[in-house]
Amino acid sequence: MAAITSDLTSAPVLPKWIAPVLLLAFAYGVVPLIGSSYLFEAILLPFLALGLAGVGLNILTGYAGQVSLGSAAFMAAGAFAAYNFNLRVEGLPLIGSIVLAGIVAAAIGIVFGLPSLRLKGFYLAVSTLAAQFFVQWALTKFSWFSNNSASGVIDAPRLSIGGLALDGAVGRYLFALTIVSILTFLAYRLVSSQTGRNFIAIRDNETAARIIGIPVLKTKLLAFAISSFIIGVAGVIWAFAYLRTVEPDGFDLDRSFQILFIIIIGGLASIRGAFFGAALIVVFPLGLSRLGGFLLGDVFDSGVLDMSQRIVLGALIILFLILEPDGLVALWDRIRRRLLFAWQST
Amino acid sequence: MIADFDYQFFIEVLVGGLLSGVMYSLVAIGFVLIYKTSGVLNFAQGALLLFAALTFVSLVERGVPFALALVATFAIMVAIGIAIERTVLRPLTNKPPITLFMATLGLSYIIEGAAQLIWGTQVHGLDLGIEDVPLEVGGVLISQFDIFAAVVAAGMVLLLSLFFRYTRIGLSFRAVADDQFAALAVGLRLPLIWATVWAAAGLVALVAGLLWGARLGVQFSLSLVVLKALPVLVLGGFDSILGAIVGGLLIGASEKLAEVYIGDYFGGGIESWFAYVVALVFLLIRPSGLFGQKLVERV
Amino acid sequence: MPLASYALGMMDASVYAPEVFARGLPSTPQSSAVGIVPAGSIADAAAPLLALQGIGLSFGGVVALADIELSVNPGEIRAIIGPNGAGKSSLINVISGVYRPDRGHVLLDGVRYGQVPTQRLAHLGVARTFQNLALFKGLSVLDNVASGLAYKVRSNFAGQVLGIGRSRGEQRDSLSRAGQILEFLDLTAVRDRLAGTLPYGLQKRVELARALVAEPRLLLLDEPMAGMTASEKSEMASFVRAARDRFATTVVLIEHDVGVVMGLSDRIAVLDYGRKIADATPDEVRNDQRVIDAYLGVASDNEDGAGI
Repeated sequence: MAAITSDLTSAPVLPKWIAPVLLLAFAYGVVPLIGSSYLFEAILLPFLALGLAGVGLNILTGYAGQVSLGSAAFMAAGAFAAYNFNLRVEGLPLIGSIVLAGIVAAAIGIVFGLPSLRLKGFYLAVSTLAAQFFVQWALTKFSWFSNNSASGVIDAPRLSIGGLALDGAVGRYLFALTIVSILTFLAYRLVSSQTGRNFIAIRDNETAARIIGIPVLKTKLLAFAISSFIIGVAGVIWAFAYLRTVEPDGFDLDRSFQILFIIIIGGLASIRGAFFGAALIVVFPLGLSRLGGFLLGDVFDSGVLDMSQRIVLGALIILFLILEPDGLVALWDRIRRRLLFAWQST
Repeated sequence: MIADFDYQFFIEVLVGGLLSGVMYSLVAIGFVLIYKTSGVLNFAQGALLLFAALTFVSLVERGVPFALALVATFAIMVAIGIAIERTVLRPLTNKPPITLFMATLGLSYIIEGAAQLIWGTQVHGLDLGIEDVPLEVGGVLISQFDIFAAVVAAGMVLLLSLFFRYTRIGLSFRAVADDQFAALAVGLRLPLIWATVWAAAGLVALVAGLLWGARLGVQFSLSLVVLKALPVLVLGGFDSILGAIVGGLLIGASEKLAEVYIGDYFGGGIESWFAYVVALVFLLIRPSGLFGQKLVERV
Repeated sequence: MPLASYALGMMDASVYAPEVFARGLPSTPQSSAVGIVPAGSIADAAAPLLALQGIGLSFGGVVALADIELSVNPGEIRAIIGPNGAGKSSLINVISGVYRPDRGHVLLDGVRYGQVPTQRLAHLGVARTFQNLALFKGLSVLDNVASGLAYKVRSNFAGQVLGIGRSRGEQRDSLSRAGQILEFLDLTAVRDRLAGTLPYGLQKRVELARALVAEPRLLLLDEPMAGMTASEKSEMASFVRAARDRFATTVVLIEHDVGVVMGLSDRIAVLDYGRKIADATPDEVRNDQRVIDAYLGVASDNEDGAGI
């Protein structure tokens, strides 16, 4: 370990901002030109939405150490809130609906984060399920939320920012990319601020954090609020840019677990990790279905696919927890270091 | 409204709630067994329950006699339990409890997927030979099946209590539950104990799976009964069998009463979250839970 | 008599490098360090910074502390020693508000508390370290130490994220002060390492740094030398002394190893079975028959070599 670290210091160190800037330039400048509609619809849009949700959950779980099993509820809250703000508030620009939706999700997050002031660990994890079931129930039960549509289905409004229509696949991709980039940048700033350090302090040793004067209760609720805000906005992207038509059942417990899996696989307490995890979670079912169809032919129907997906996903989680507890990010960094080292020694 | 309050109906609802609470307790006990020995909240308990019920039903449907199917399923559950302990939990020894929890989450995905991949996804009926005709006890109608389930659950608890009180391995279990390091130090064989506990949890899963399967039909949603057991555990403490029983009864009763008496004001369907709210409100009033689980940290 | 020994303690205290006394960190406004002028008059010294009055604490029938009286004067290094299970850690947990005593009061700078408000501790000028390491493993050494200043951060998260308002100044200030403390405790070489990856002895020192960075008036050290080698112990002792001299911090220190504290402390209180059996200068304690009995009388209790 120590040896690897010293390798790193001898490698040419690029400024930290180079990689993300290059990536963004590629995402804005190149991808829209070369991407197929399949790439946008089936891969990039869910990747962006889930990646952002992963960033949100990582702030709460990875950084602040409060395990939540109710992420999908906050996605749903965001999606339905944005829908209603857009529908019911005359003249509110789309971006206003999205911000307000995030605030609604944050408020719900604070309410369901209240038990964290008294409960820890498993007790807290289980109590976050209350959010999951309650929100899903409320959205299904009260048809006001879906403007009285059947079984709570909502249709996304037309996307446009400043008069610029963004309804095509590329437009929705750019819409999602912009929101995700901004929020991710802010999240990155947050985790490297004093507030972010307070999150980690509470995660690592709550008693010590309290004694050195970190306002533990306030900080925990803040973590719930910020996390829920981001997850709520991710829900808006999921509903408005990716699926365009959603129902409360789409934000079920499995979705919550999916987001938790994203941060476990990608790497806890890592902003990049959320996107690594989301990429794997989005791409792997597609790959598995191709592979299964290729190997087994007709036997590999959708039922079998669904089951084998569950099995492989479960196995992946366990493998990562055992072999690479710091997630894909750690794996990636190690590979990159090796490559840099190999490149240097030639 | 108060004047013509129907006490007989109230008692029927209450008894029905208590009896279904017994079913919750049964699932919760499976969690407690594992939590006490290895500090893991085993989310896969529901998946195990599904797997047990599905295996049993499929064996019976293939013509295996009832008793033999029971024994075979039990053997399979024990094997799965031991395999989980070996391949998943042992490599994760000394990891934070929450990591272990996430591993069992992954485990539940594997088991659910495997159960349905092996036995198919269709719904199976399960007939335990108990007719579900209401029985009249003192003017109150009670489901015969509920009584049967309660009796089985009580028998199960009695069996486990006897096992842990009077057998050598059971006593070791209690030592491990008290202090894992001390138990290791005095040379108790932890792997054997863990294997036994996972076997016991497998047995609980089998019994609970059969009872719930007979009630709901054996299908995927059976694994969701864990979600009914979790608030019970929050209420009673993850490490208390007594807590699981009392918590189950409380949740079962309050849930049924709420559904019948106040559910309409909410538009119904409140059972998906009501139990969680009961558990949370209870913990807010009494943070140490039903039986004072130790939440004090050492500094 | 008590007056005389307080005075003695003060004299001792000022013997150590009087010229650097209460210097504080360069950028610190002096106001935080004045107000307690330890080398001042005897009358000042007689008003204790910390006093315990009739503290009693028991856990389910087991008496951890019985009727403990203790006073700590500004600027002194006060050791509390005793065999294992004597109640030392319970005492420090009472002082820092982690435990609420069943009986008695804690006086901090003249204010009486039934239970010391833990979340206000830092604002009251009290910092502590822990017997079992309580660093934030996932933070760098520098960030760990900077977190010792988190209690006075007044910018909110939005300001910090956007880098506006007072957040920039605060961030710069706390990092630079943390950097100075690291230098003071000879930790600069490891400032960017994750705290959890450091060897045990260094982690203990980082904990001291985190407690010191707020320049507390009262510093509680819970077995700061436990598990250290002899040379690490004497190094730590000199850091504690230097910290007191530089920041005019009053130190209450719990130790199992009597030898180390003899040379370090101004006064020593000895606990045994939750009772205070002696409270005097190191020399007096060394010759106190009850103390010798507590440590040596039952020889088998002393197997880990913590002798006088």
